[in-house]
Amino acid sequence: MAVRFEYLESRAVHEAISLLSRYGCAAKLIAGGTDLLNEIRSKQIAPEYIIDIGAIPGIDSLTYDDHGTLSIGALATLRTLEISPQLKAHHAVISRAAAQIGSIAIRNVGTIGGNLCHASPAADTAPGLLALRAKVKIAGPAGERTVALDDFFAGPGRTVLAHDEMLVEIEVPAMPPHTKAVYLKHAIRGAADLAIVGVAVMASLDDGCCRNVKIALGAVAPTPMRARGAESILEGKMLNDALIENAARAASEECRPITDVRASADYRRQMVKVLTQWAIKRVFAENKQVSNEATAETTTVS
Amino acid sequence: MKRLITLRINGTEEELHVEPWWSLSHVLRDELSLIGTKEGCAGGHCGACTVLIDGKAVMSCLYLAMKARGKEIMTIEGLKGKDGELHPLQDAFIEHFAVQCGYCIPGMILTAKAMLDENPNPTEEEIRAGLNGNVCRCTGYVKIVDAIMSAAAEAKV
Repeated sequence: MAVRFEYLESRAVHEAISLLSRYGCAAKLIAGGTDLLNEIRSKQIAPEYIIDIGAIPGIDSLTYDDHGTLSIGALATLRTLEISPQLKAHHAVISRAAAQIGSIAIRNVGTIGGNLCHASPAADTAPGLLALRAKVKIAGPAGERTVALDDFFAGPGRTVLAHDEMLVEIEVPAMPPHTKAVYLKHAIRGAADLAIVGVAVMASLDDGCCRNVKIALGAVAPTPMRARGAESILEGKMLNDALIENAARAASEECRPITDVRASADYRRQMVKVLTQWAIKRVFAENKQVSNEATAETTTVS
Repeated sequence: MKRLITLRINGTEEELHVEPWWSLSHVLRDELSLIGTKEGCAGGHCGACTVLIDGKAVMSCLYLAMKARGKEIMTIEGLKGKDGELHPLQDAFIEHFAVQCGYCIPGMILTAKAMLDENPNPTEEEIRAGLNGNVCRCTGYVKIVDAIMSAAAEAKV
């Protein structure tokens, strides 16, 4: 690695914060490092200091409280999310989205906090967490603040984190009863590849009527985004094929994709429509099959 | 500035000076001459640099040597038995002609070892999914998968 930096280590969140306060924009946090070291090596960034937070105890686990609210420590590895029996039982869409990232060797090291803070528009954990209305807990010099994940991303590679703040926890509400969620990732080489389009849908069916509809899209805007127009077309309506098609069309109209090496903007828009339609159908098919069990699914479409 | 660190590699403590930006793969190959670990893409895509850290597969090209302090590192050199005999996975790779140019093989074998340690009875599908981060440009994977299946079956006998 030709690019040089100084290596600092923190053993507590407050230590990391004070190092960030001291070194400002010259410093970057490293957890797993699977994104950061690639960015440094490709000279997209050139931090003078990197602050290793990987050994901070107590922020790498998954816990459920009595209300079924899930707290994920920012240092939980993607592999931890992938294999957690609790997560598979209660928030499977997150577990399966984590399994869609890189290889096991990447997921053994890469963290959920890193996946979100790297703020790739294509981050595979983001659409599912957006659809499930996750919040993030941010630590800074003045203490902690909580931000809805909807308000966390600020642009490609950018979040609302100030230079002296770090993400410490992701909080996910319990899935409403009878609610399902799916994440569909469209990528040429499956998990090893970045998403061309990612679509997450959460919804429940109440006597044929769509409820709790949340739709989120990845890789088709400067940040992972909610498709609120599509949500409002479905919410509270009786489910039928025309409605699904209208919602999918709305999602494809409200996304703002770019053309890049993976796909053209036009193709992405088309695929948002297709995948949103599939995801909605999948969610409601599951609703009909097992109406009293909250399950979720993630599938790679290639 | 170089730091003096201790790494535990294949059961042996190694004391050495490292630059803070050195990757584990660099240290293994260029400082310790453990050249069984290969570096292919240096970006976490090809899996040639896979080593085991505390028993789990990790891409050593994307892993800072500084982060490996206090952990148990296993490279392909550490897989052989006390008297130098090959590991059953290595035997199976030879038996099944799973090796052509060989560059990906240390990573393949260590990935397979971690996989079988976690799940001794994988299906073919699970093996293929487990190898998705290890690229082989010669064999087409079929014989590699056969070798791992056979090593898993042998272990059961």
